Amino acid sequence: MSLGETIRNSQVWKSIFRHPMPLDRRNRIVVMLTNFFLHLHPVSIKKQGIALSYTWCMGGVTFFLFLVETVTGVLLMFYYRPTLEWAYHDILDLRDVTSLGILRELHRWGAHAMVITVWLHMYRVFLTGSYKPPREFNWVVGVILLLLTLLLSFSGYLLPFDQLAIWAITVGSNMARASPILGYEGPFQQLLQIGDIDMITDTSDARFVTIGERNVGEMTLNRFYVLHCIGLPLAVTLLLAIHFWRVRKDGGISGPL
Amino acid sequence: MHGHDPHFYESIQGFLGSYYLVLSIMNAVAALYLWRRLGRWLEAALLVVLFGGGFVVLSGIAYGGGTRVLGLPQSFKDFVNANTGPVIYTLGTTAVLVIFFVFRRFFTKPAVAWVSLNLALLFMGLSMTDPNFSLIVTKPDNVPIVGLIFLLGFFTWLATYKAVLNDDRLAQGLPPLEKEDSEKVLVWPDLVYTELICMIALTALLLVWAIGLKAPLEAPASSVKTPNPSKAPWYFLGLQEMLVYYDPWMAGVVLPSLVLVGLMAIPFLDFNKKGNGYYTIAERPFGYIIFQLGFLELWITLIILGTFLRGPNWNFFGPYEYWDPHKVLALNNKDLSQFFWVDLLDSGLPKAPSDSGTLVQLGYILKRECVGFVGLAVYFVLLPPILAMTVFRKFFARMGFIRYMLMSNLLLFMAALPLKMVLRWVFNLKYIVHIDEYFLNF
Ligand code: HEM
Repeated sequence: MSLGETIRNSQVWKSIFRHPMPLDRRNRIVVMLTNFFLHLHPVSIKKQGIALSYTWCMGGVTFFLFLVETVTGVLLMFYYRPTLEWAYHDILDLRDVTSLGILRELHRWGAHAMVITVWLHMYRVFLTGSYKPPREFNWVVGVILLLLTLLLSFSGYLLPFDQLAIWAITVGSNMARASPILGYEGPFQQLLQIGDIDMITDTSDARFVTIGERNVGEMTLNRFYVLHCIGLPLAVTLLLAIHFWRVRKDGGISGPL
Repeated sequence: MHGHDPHFYESIQGFLGSYYLVLSIMNAVAALYLWRRLGRWLEAALLVVLFGGGFVVLSGIAYGGGTRVLGLPQSFKDFVNANTGPVIYTLGTTAVLVIFFVFRRFFTKPAVAWVSLNLALLFMGLSMTDPNFSLIVTKPDNVPIVGLIFLLGFFTWLATYKAVLNDDRLAQGLPPLEKEDSEKVLVWPDLVYTELICMIALTALLLVWAIGLKAPLEAPASSVKTPNPSKAPWYFLGLQEMLVYYDPWMAGVVLPSLVLVGLMAIPFLDFNKKGNGYYTIAERPFGYIIFQLGFLELWITLIILGTFLRGPNWNFFGPYEYWDPHKVLALNNKDLSQFFWVDLLDSGLPKAPSDSGTLVQLGYILKRECVGFVGLAVYFVLLPPILAMTVFRKFFARMGFIRYMLMSNLLLFMAALPLKMVLRWVFNLKYIVHIDEYFLNF
């Protein structure tokens, strides 16, 4: 027996992989059904459904980038403290001192790429008419995923806490001040008034809720950090599970009837 | 040049040399494919000689230190700078889209597409020797957008190419091409291996990108030193560009929310059952055109404009223009109420006596803005039924009242942006309704 075979026949190996090597047709089917990671996929699929020229693989690439962001993000969290005192400093150190000096680059370029690929994915889904019945709901889930992707990227933009970061977030969050009804300088904000007491002030309006204080500062950093590292990724994960499950339940990748 | 790096030309030497070399290799590979796989040796030879050889020569010149000559004529750049602005830019990109769409049969021909790609890349390379152009395009956070432009160009070509093929087949009564591939294959190995290769290739790409391009880090945050221009992250620059035409409550809150609502509503508004699961234009022209206009013209080109062509004070700068913070553009935009009361009726704006109560003041505001209100009412209230009786007659019959009203209102809001742009350019119109008292400016 060769070494490979010995390993594959060992009790340990067999306890992990519930199937023999996928070398023949039967075992290639079994592997898809019994492996946790592979069971996302069906066993067999229409050739057209995996044609790169049809799907552009953009959903898959987006998912892969999400995984890259998760891994590099966790590593970045080891080095980064979300406080006014340390945030900028830690990013400097990541550049100048830390080994694996491209961690931040991987994370940032991965994030930009993810925004781009999620748009391309939506573009493809539209152009192939794949949002039509029975896939309407999965398109809606997708739009929410698109929004969450943008929010993830936006909340991460603040974390280096340099000039680029705070002013981009300032420009972005200034918009919230103009929300109708809920913004301090938005139309109809006078509607929320009880007697003489104004409900919408610059310390209670939509902008204040977003950034946690009057101007972008430490509270904002904290809020964005928590959203960026915990809240939004959890939401994306949940929706992705639904998204993938629905791709299967709606009959796999779309195709002509 | 204003205070640029004196060693600019030397600094881009290596980059440009490799850039042209990669383009040359790209053409050589394409020629190999043409020759070996398709047996079209004549085209292959042409490719090698024209583009492959041409780019090698350019690469040699760049490596050899001749970057200065590899640029566009100054007169051309001056002409472009002097003659571009938001109007030309918007009309131009729209025209390009329309021409591509109308003559798609010609432009999607692989040979035409390949030559266009080469010319675009060549133009890009020639522009890179302009210090102003180079400065903006190579800002680390802007590099992905250059990628986005080329990716979108490629995928728009691909989708249109397949749609043209399918439309021809459908016209002959054949099923779409995708149908030919409806035979089933096993996911292991066919899909699993493709995924694995994709992941490896992507990892490699990300690593190269991360090593080659440093993530930006500017001076520590300071709440007193406002950079000029202050820009939102690039994917929101379309919204920031809308601020030129609409107040923040519209550009930053209402319109983006409607974009999301509108996107989610698409599957429930599009009652056309055809074109599900294959590329086609002929079977769903309305949805196809609206989406491409919305995505490419009202979203992507605004981002490109906001990123590359908007400088200090959000002024427009030509692609080869120095971002001069002291550039002053005269702004003399006027409200509709001023056109009406001051210019037309030759009276002052109606103004409530300063000691009057809230209701009286409100009355005066309504009077002052009456023309704007009438205009908005016509647009948002009268237009949907009028359209339902005319151009959208069939839609209305198929969709029913609620779905039709939702669709027409979403479309009207979408059209509100280009309409306001045109009104601004032609009449210098600032606000249709201007009620500062209640922050309600439209
Ligand atoms: C985080 C973002 C997203 C991820 C990771 C993701 C992932 C995927 C994957 C892996 C597929 C399988 C087919 C393919 O790769 O094209 C898929 C299909 C699909 N996605 Fe997404 N997606 C995302 C966002 C979106 C968005 C923004 C939309 C639309 C607005 C969308 C709508 C759909 C629909 C309708 C399908 C079924 C397509 C078909 O059957 O042809 N998804 N998605």
